[in-house]
Amino acid sequence: MGIDYIVPEFEVVRNEQRCIHCRVCERQCANEVHSYSEEAGMMLSDETRCVNCQRCVSLCPTRALKIVKNPCSFRENANWQPDLIKEVYRQASTGGVLLSSMGTPKPYPVYWDRILINASQVTNPSIDPLREPMETKVFLGKRPEKISRDPEGNLITKLPPQITLSMPVMFSAMSYGSISYNAHASLARASTKLGILYNTGEGGLHEDFYRYGPNTIVQVASGRFGVHEGYLEAGAAIEIKMGQGAKPGIGGHLPGAKIVGDVSRTRMIPEGTDAISPAPHHDIYSIEDLRQLVYSLKEATNYEKPVIVKVAAVHNIAAIASGIARSGADIIAIDGFRGGTGAAPTRIRDNVGIPIELALASVDRRLRDEGIRGNVSLVVGGSIRCASDVVKAIALGADACYIATAALLALGCHLCRTCHSGKCNWGIATQRPDLVKRLNPDIGSERLVNLMNAWRHEIMELMGGMGINSIEALKGNRLMLRGVGLSGKELEILGISHAGE
Amino acid sequence: MEKEGQIRIPSGCAIAAVISTEGKLMSGEGIARSMIPMHERSNGLGGGFAGYGIYPEYKDFYALHLFFDDRTTRKNCESFLKEYFEIVQSERIPTRTIPLITDEPMIWRYFVSPLPSLLIRLQLDEKELVARCVMKINREMSGAYVFSSGKNMGTFKAVGFPEDVGLFYRLEEYEGYSWTAHGRYPTNTPGWWGGAHPFTLLDYSVVHNGEISSYDANRRFIEMFGYQCTLQTDTEVITYIMDYLIRRQGLTLKEAASVIAAPFWSTIEAEKNEEKERHAYLRMMFPSLLITGPFSIVFGFTGGLMALNDRLKLRSMVVGEKEDKVFIASEEAAIRALEPDTENIWAPSGGEAVVVKVKEEAMKWV
Ligand code: SF4
Ligand code: SF4
Repeated sequence: MGIDYIVPEFEVVRNEQRCIHCRVCERQCANEVHSYSEEAGMMLSDETRCVNCQRCVSLCPTRALKIVKNPCSFRENANWQPDLIKEVYRQASTGGVLLSSMGTPKPYPVYWDRILINASQVTNPSIDPLREPMETKVFLGKRPEKISRDPEGNLITKLPPQITLSMPVMFSAMSYGSISYNAHASLARASTKLGILYNTGEGGLHEDFYRYGPNTIVQVASGRFGVHEGYLEAGAAIEIKMGQGAKPGIGGHLPGAKIVGDVSRTRMIPEGTDAISPAPHHDIYSIEDLRQLVYSLKEATNYEKPVIVKVAAVHNIAAIASGIARSGADIIAIDGFRGGTGAAPTRIRDNVGIPIELALASVDRRLRDEGIRGNVSLVVGGSIRCASDVVKAIALGADACYIATAALLALGCHLCRTCHSGKCNWGIATQRPDLVKRLNPDIGSERLVNLMNAWRHEIMELMGGMGINSIEALKGNRLMLRGVGLSGKELEILGISHAGE
Repeated sequence: MEKEGQIRIPSGCAIAAVISTEGKLMSGEGIARSMIPMHERSNGLGGGFAGYGIYPEYKDFYALHLFFDDRTTRKNCESFLKEYFEIVQSERIPTRTIPLITDEPMIWRYFVSPLPSLLIRLQLDEKELVARCVMKINREMSGAYVFSSGKNMGTFKAVGFPEDVGLFYRLEEYEGYSWTAHGRYPTNTPGWWGGAHPFTLLDYSVVHNGEISSYDANRRFIEMFGYQCTLQTDTEVITYIMDYLIRRQGLTLKEAASVIAAPFWSTIEAEKNEEKERHAYLRMMFPSLLITGPFSIVFGFTGGLMALNDRLKLRSMVVGEKEDKVFIASEEAAIRALEPDTENIWAPSGGEAVVVKVKEEAMKWV
């Protein structure tokens, strides 16, 4: 073996005075960083394997551990950043495409952080959410263009199928396979308790989770894994996945190592085979084909379920969304390029697509210019990180948001970005039974419920401050937003004024 | 300084209205007088009135009231009007010179009827054509502004205190079966007459007190249907919403009221069968037309008035009666000024629409 050119990224700092050699860290680390040396009578660390997931740090009974950035670095170079150098080394030694997980860590602009929210002063009153009703309930689905009446003149009150959410947030698609049974169980139970929805992702629905159907979105992706009649009928809505923000233009790849037992059964593919979903749906090469799939899914489910079409935010997203709106879809979901993933080619994740804020603003405007914004609902995801991001997204024009990374963080994820290794020490992005059982779905679902309740309170406070007591009055209310430090062009695309204007 | 429409100017206000359910005509002097006790609610930067039944001799014609900056604009605008309408009468609106009202634009009115051949060619109904022409002038013809466009009704407005505006327009010379009035308290000085209220489209007029927090959500939704919010005021967007819901969607007044001041979901859930279904449907069908934040409005239309408060009742509004008359105002004092012996004064609760209509038989005469 030649020289390993790559210096470990992290350093394991163990306080020898505190360490009691209990070997918890050793047992907890699926990456096998820690080991005990009988000879030396001390714990050793193999830092080349460390991903800084902080599992050992959190579990060390004496707080003896610290994982720090390795100060040993390349000679500084503004052009050749350390990551680039390491990637070259890695590719030179393996000849492979680089893989990454979770959303891009690159310092692209986060427009949410450049947008500020308004509040009432003097000319109209703010509303106290503790004393007055504050409504966060939303409905997603198609709206007809006109009302209709029966021969007696009474309103016909039937609407196309709708999804009801207690707050404008849903858990975004994460497949069973890419994440664990216990992670899915946590999401499903939390959604049911919260009155929101989670999304199966492209790996089918485990038989144990059919009972959470009313709070489930079942996804149909290009690989069609686990799709059958009962599956389509199980959920409250069906999502056609055309693309994902982290990897627009390509399909998915779940390594054979994760296709074990129930995962293989749920996906309806043999154990140990790689689950590769093709880049396009091979029955959708154009917008007319999409329309056919939308209607075959509706036909298969008796027109009782709304159909969501999910696309990645790419350059021409406004025109694409307008096409989707006319394809019969009830809901359009747009995933921004900072969105997470269980595994994606690094180059694609870090370089393809556009930020969700800009995509949302231009889609909302285009649909309004065409007079069809009222007919479809718009859901956005791809790095919605907190309650104020939700409020900003709604004010820019979204009906609801999808979150995934934030939900995984609630379950214990430490954003180590190595989900593709299948060795998630937090029991989330793994199928290894010893790791999966580390995530207790009772606790997991409770933490998700806590997180969403906290966000809901924050959303209500922000709304109350603006003098708004119902979420629908916030939707598309861009006058409530101001930009800071944005160029004229950015403001124009976002359709907001600069702070001070 | 930017003119109203280029910026959004919040304002507080006073409103008053009166209607005779028997269709008995009242001079405009009374409604102007009713605004005096509410002087403190305006700041002299806008006042106005709408009267219904005031043009019986031209009741089959649309009465267009316009402000012009100069003669050339007027000439251009008149030739534009002639392309679409037969103009049966055009004249200056009579005014009285008083020291408190200054800088008046040229104020004209035209009684018009859309050219029938044009309606057939454009496949539009009369009202739609009138609405489109009004919006075209207001958007595209700088220096011309249509501020009233209904049949047998008219709006009169100016920069000034409402009682002075009444004097200026010689309101005592008009007789109507219903009147609405508005005094404005804008937070900065637009100094533009078009910015005063009521705001009208066709025979719909709105006077409004409040500042709605849902403004941009409402505006961006309604603009999908060809409405142009050129003034950026609440009153304007409320008028368009009412026009859209009533004329274009065909909702009843009460249905429209339960869209814009929709009951809370908790209230809807406690309701029974049809009412529950209807309220839930209207909220789900038109979520972007829910209006939040404080408002009290009087919506005027041919043959009636509707008073409505926001669902939390964040602005005062009272209703009273005396014989055939119903009064609505921000304060009881305004009602007392009109009719000292008013009975049954009550405050409608938030979101409760009060609809008063002239009796059908009586409408035949007005
Ligand atoms: S978990 Fe902590 S105390 Fe136990 S062996 Fe590891 S470093 Fe030492
Ligand atoms: S899910 Fe697990 S592997 Fe993936 S980033 Fe989070 S902690 Fe790391």
